[in-house]
Amino acid sequence: MTTDESDAGWFASVPPDDPDAARDAIERGSAESPANWPRLAVETGFADDADDYYDRLHEASLHATREAVAERERADDQQLIHAVRAMDDCERVANELAERATEWAGSRFDDVDPGIAGARDLAEREPSGDLDGRVVSLSARAAALADERDALAATIDRIAPAVAPNLADMAGPELAARLIALAGGLEPLAKKPSGTVQVLGAEDALFAHLSGRAPSPKHGIIYTHEFVRGTRPEDRGSAARALAGKLALAARADHYSGEYREVLHEDLRERMATIRARADADGDADDGSEGDDA
Amino acid sequence: MPDPALPDGVERREFGVETRLATRGSPVYGEPTAGEWRAWDPERSKLGGMLELEFDTGLSGGETVLYLGAAAGTTVGHVADFAGPTYAVEFAPRPTRDLLDVAESRDRLFPLLKDARKPETYAHVVENDVDAIVQDVATRGQAAVATRNARFLADDGRLLLAVKARSEDVTAEPDDVFADVLAELEGTYEVLEAERLDRFHEDHLGIVATPR
Repeated sequence: MTTDESDAGWFASVPPDDPDAARDAIERGSAESPANWPRLAVETGFADDADDYYDRLHEASLHATREAVAERERADDQQLIHAVRAMDDCERVANELAERATEWAGSRFDDVDPGIAGARDLAEREPSGDLDGRVVSLSARAAALADERDALAATIDRIAPAVAPNLADMAGPELAARLIALAGGLEPLAKKPSGTVQVLGAEDALFAHLSGRAPSPKHGIIYTHEFVRGTRPEDRGSAARALAGKLALAARADHYSGEYREVLHEDLRERMATIRARADADGDADDGSEGDDA
Repeated sequence: MPDPALPDGVERREFGVETRLATRGSPVYGEPTAGEWRAWDPERSKLGGMLELEFDTGLSGGETVLYLGAAAGTTVGHVADFAGPTYAVEFAPRPTRDLLDVAESRDRLFPLLKDARKPETYAHVVENDVDAIVQDVATRGQAAVATRNARFLADDGRLLLAVKARSEDVTAEPDDVFADVLAELEGTYEVLEAERLDRFHEDHLGIVATPR
């Protein structure tokens, strides 16, 4: 039972009857392990007894959660677009910097691993001299950018379900954010036909096709979805078409009603099961469901 | 008419011509009521289904509960009606808005907008040694969620878990998914009972387990 600041209960530094401080502590605090908080709260004088503690917790948790819900629901599609673009920028730049730093470090240190992991490792080293100092500092910046990328991904995970509950559930928060970003917003996405949703992110291939130079693309960014990528290649066109159709409906449900619609998700699962059953029906020895011959 | 298999505070009551599970509390979603009792619909609640199917849940009423995946509060409202302090964790803002209404009228129900996959983000609020964890999260990695949250559970506590096969892998056979989940739980929990909930919830497995 530690009283270390980072592992203290939510009430540790909350003055009695300060709802906003309590809200902040509940929302942003953390602890590795739980403890007997009711007892500790009484011992430290935050509450008179367990009943009093629970009354305070009830009030504080209602307030904190009500505010957090309101804030989450205020986040809109434009915020999501900024977040996903910033995440991509951070990732790209972090990788570039990490490459540069580890390549440079290879000429000055032993045992340098490439990439972000290598940069993280370098950032911990003790530099001797000016040039080493620059390499270590550059690595630290690459590592910090990679952390920022992860923090942005966590933010997208949180706000995407508020902005587009159906789309986020069907596509996952990240792909939902990318689709919204590619379309320029939830409303434009909701107004796109499913055929367009299917090839969003494959514009080069689409225009090559339209000018008669190539076959039509089967999928754009939705390729990253398990339903497409995990389906064997000869069925991927069908899988992408089915998924895009339901994603378009999900975007419309999110934009026009905002309510979660279970039936959309059930329909897609059934359709996917049917498409994947083809691989079994073809009597492949390997069940083909992973499409690992691609 | 108390039923020994049911926790105190949960009874089979007459609603018109039907006898149904019920708890005492303010209505949540327009469910039928009889006096101060409100019906607990096993088709809308995995835990209700488990009680209706006579799982040995180890619940006797009045215990401290951590509920993961509280959604709009349909089930957790019933839990708070018969249990003691009840922590309700839900990740999605929209259903949490409805959960707040349920918690408003139940002074030992604590709603938390948190991600059940990250227990460290609420371990500073939820107390240790809870008597039961009820888990109904529809995400991939349901066994991992149960394992990570084991830190909250008392040594003789119970994990009451509803596994949704389709959340893990829509295309796999539910039986294969359930076998994987049970195998993954084995490291942390001893599984006491595992039965399909198909009568009320298609492709769901109900599990009662206790920490190793």
